[in-house]
Amino acid sequence: MENKINIPKEKFAFAKREGKISDKKLETKPIGSFKDAMIRFRKNKSSVVAAVIILILFLYAFIVPFISHYSVNFRDGYYKMVLPKCNAFAWLGWDGCKVQNEPQAGYDYYSSIGVEYGSSAVKKLKGISYDSDGKPRYSISVDSYERVGFAYCDLTSDEYEALKNYQNESGIQVMYPMPVTYKNQFKAISSPANIWYKLADESATSTGAALNHNADGTPIFEANYMISDNPESGKYDSIKLPSDTGGANGDEWYVYAVRNQTGYRVRVLYKEYYFYKNGFYANHLFGTNQHGQDILACLASGARLSFILAISVSILNFIIGIIYGAIEGYYGGAIDLIMERISDVLASVPFIVVATLFQLHLAEKVGAVWSLLFAFVLTGWIGIASRVRTQFYRFKNQEYILAARTLGASDKRLIFRHILPNSIGTLITSTVLIIPGVIFSESMLSYLNIVNLELSNFTSIGTMLSNGQPYLNSYPHIILFPGVFIGLLEISFNLFGNGLRDAFNPSLRGADE
Amino acid sequence: MVKYVIKRIVLMIFTFLVIATMCFVLIKLLPLPAIKSQGRDVEIILMRREMMGYNKPIMVQYYRYWKNVLHGDFGVGEQMYPSLEVADIMMQKMPYSIVLNLYSILIAIPIGLLFGIYAALKKNKWQDHLISTAVMIFISVPSYVYAFLVQYILCFKLGAFPLTAASMEEAKSFFSWTMFYSLVPAILSSAFGTVAGLTRFTRAELSEVLTGDYLLLARTKGLTRSQAIVRHAMRNAMVPILPMILGEFIGILGGSLIIENIFAIPGIGKLYTTAINVRDYNFFMADTFFYTLIGLASGLVIDLSYGFIDPRIKMGER
Repeated sequence: MENKINIPKEKFAFAKREGKISDKKLETKPIGSFKDAMIRFRKNKSSVVAAVIILILFLYAFIVPFISHYSVNFRDGYYKMVLPKCNAFAWLGWDGCKVQNEPQAGYDYYSSIGVEYGSSAVKKLKGISYDSDGKPRYSISVDSYERVGFAYCDLTSDEYEALKNYQNESGIQVMYPMPVTYKNQFKAISSPANIWYKLADESATSTGAALNHNADGTPIFEANYMISDNPESGKYDSIKLPSDTGGANGDEWYVYAVRNQTGYRVRVLYKEYYFYKNGFYANHLFGTNQHGQDILACLASGARLSFILAISVSILNFIIGIIYGAIEGYYGGAIDLIMERISDVLASVPFIVVATLFQLHLAEKVGAVWSLLFAFVLTGWIGIASRVRTQFYRFKNQEYILAARTLGASDKRLIFRHILPNSIGTLITSTVLIIPGVIFSESMLSYLNIVNLELSNFTSIGTMLSNGQPYLNSYPHIILFPGVFIGLLEISFNLFGNGLRDAFNPSLRGADE
Repeated sequence: MVKYVIKRIVLMIFTFLVIATMCFVLIKLLPLPAIKSQGRDVEIILMRREMMGYNKPIMVQYYRYWKNVLHGDFGVGEQMYPSLEVADIMMQKMPYSIVLNLYSILIAIPIGLLFGIYAALKKNKWQDHLISTAVMIFISVPSYVYAFLVQYILCFKLGAFPLTAASMEEAKSFFSWTMFYSLVPAILSSAFGTVAGLTRFTRAELSEVLTGDYLLLARTKGLTRSQAIVRHAMRNAMVPILPMILGEFIGILGGSLIIENIFAIPGIGKLYTTAINVRDYNFFMADTFFYTLIGLASGLVIDLSYGFIDPRIKMGER
């Protein structure tokens, strides 16, 4: 060791000669256990994504009622089972069109809708096939909004005048000439008001609504309107069709309204009539169900109900569970034994029985939602209580508790200030994980129709699913959106809960349960 | 040991009696359901209610009910299956539930175990992440969502399977091929959840065992990895897994409310929901007792089986 380092004595200096020596003040902020947990939580990418998704679904449930035209109460008898339509994403197939396989009569029926006002319900002819009899079958893409076409509408005299005024002021034609009345047994029909053309077979027994065709197969749209010699028949003095010129002799005017006992019967172009009534055109992002309710609005309403129910249940369970578990765990002995037995018995009752009994006893008195809430709370707190109890058994004999007790701390202070904060992380996690369970059970019970949550202005996701089940084959969109919503919600909540657990209790990371 | 088992059984019977009494009283407190039929039928139903003692005090009814139950008589149906024995109807319905659940767990258990073991052995590799993600999805998504999906794809789009369960006339026996074939969508839908649950559980248990010191010792003394896993790790991991599987086997009696509703299987779960919806209290009561008993029994079997599977676990010790 030759190369010893020699530092001359003069180079040494006293660090500090006068004054006290103290630690430097910390420049960073102190990190408490919550903040620590937050930092760990943020590192868990999947949980953060899940939290964002939950937030989006939450906002959806609470904002949609304010910005949507529709509500659960809005039911339209004509736009039933309309398909999802979003104008911005129509190129993705989100265009409200449905591919149908129709015989000649059906094809003629759909292609005739819209001829009068210059549009067409048939958006695309996808192909023609021939069946064993050589009859053509058309595969067509039908716009489920245009498909509604025309409808007969009975108006009082006042309403009739108002509608005429509206036509004159806005220049939009709503009322169209009445066709010669046909029998209503045609097969492909959604509304008999749509058959305004001459049929190839007008016999009473005909079940088809086929048109006349040229030799080369092009359809002949030949109007078949009711005709009167009075140009103002039905006191109609508003917009008329351009072809309505009075015929050769000036005595063949179309009839736009027919008097009946209460006023007038008119034939309206339903989409314009809808606009006249509601102030907006029908556009359902998620389509409608068989009652004509908008699925977007119904889903938001059901989700809102689920969220409110689940969050209140978890808060109540949290409070009850903490109090019950704390008493059990802190006092122990005979109290613990009796209280354990009570919660054991309660925990063994199948939940569905509890929910049913509450429903049968309480639903008429306090309402279905409240009785369901009570049912959830009756057995839901047991998990939290037993968790609190174990925590208390673990901590209550430790030295720091003994010390606090020696210093004269009361039972209340020991329970809430000294023991409980140790377990707050696990408790929050299990409280959050109650939420997906409640949402699942609620939708299951309402799906099975054990609980009927269809109140005046609420519906539930389970009810929507059971509504859509009969139409699963032909109109899967009724089930698709609620199903996707609840699936997404459950996955996100579970991921979020797992993330919280890992954050609060890193030693459990990766372990399940 | 015997003492502990007896103690647990007595406790179970006590719990069951408390629940049964509560349910009985709560149901009897409800007004009797309105009679839907008309004319002479109403008189007959009223007379039968009088004869069955429905108008007597609850205590008397309670005594009579248990006396009858001990003779295997759970009363007769009123709103559904009028005048037929509740016990007979339940025995008729039960095979559907049993067949469905039996097939479902027989398929689910091997698959779940295999996936769980594979994921544990490949822990933190991409295979594990793939399996864990799938498990997360299948555990979280409610069973009815993928039941609808299965029904839509298999029954409607592909048209490969019938929409409802085969009736007894078509199928001849509950274990015939026709019956199995008609139940495939339902079996699949209820198996998904079991597979996912079992996979997660097996993975968690096995990966915990794999970190044990004795496994290191086994490798050190010259066992190959597969020898060590099969002879040492698997045996220990099975201690908590086997009771869970046993619990599943008892649960097959209960049927599944949702799956039976979606696929229109006339099992015990479907009977239960119908009984609630039409307010047939005798059926409701018998079904409730049945479900409670199954729940309690499976809990008991799970707890006791630990001691039989692993003699090191002394039962009844705190």
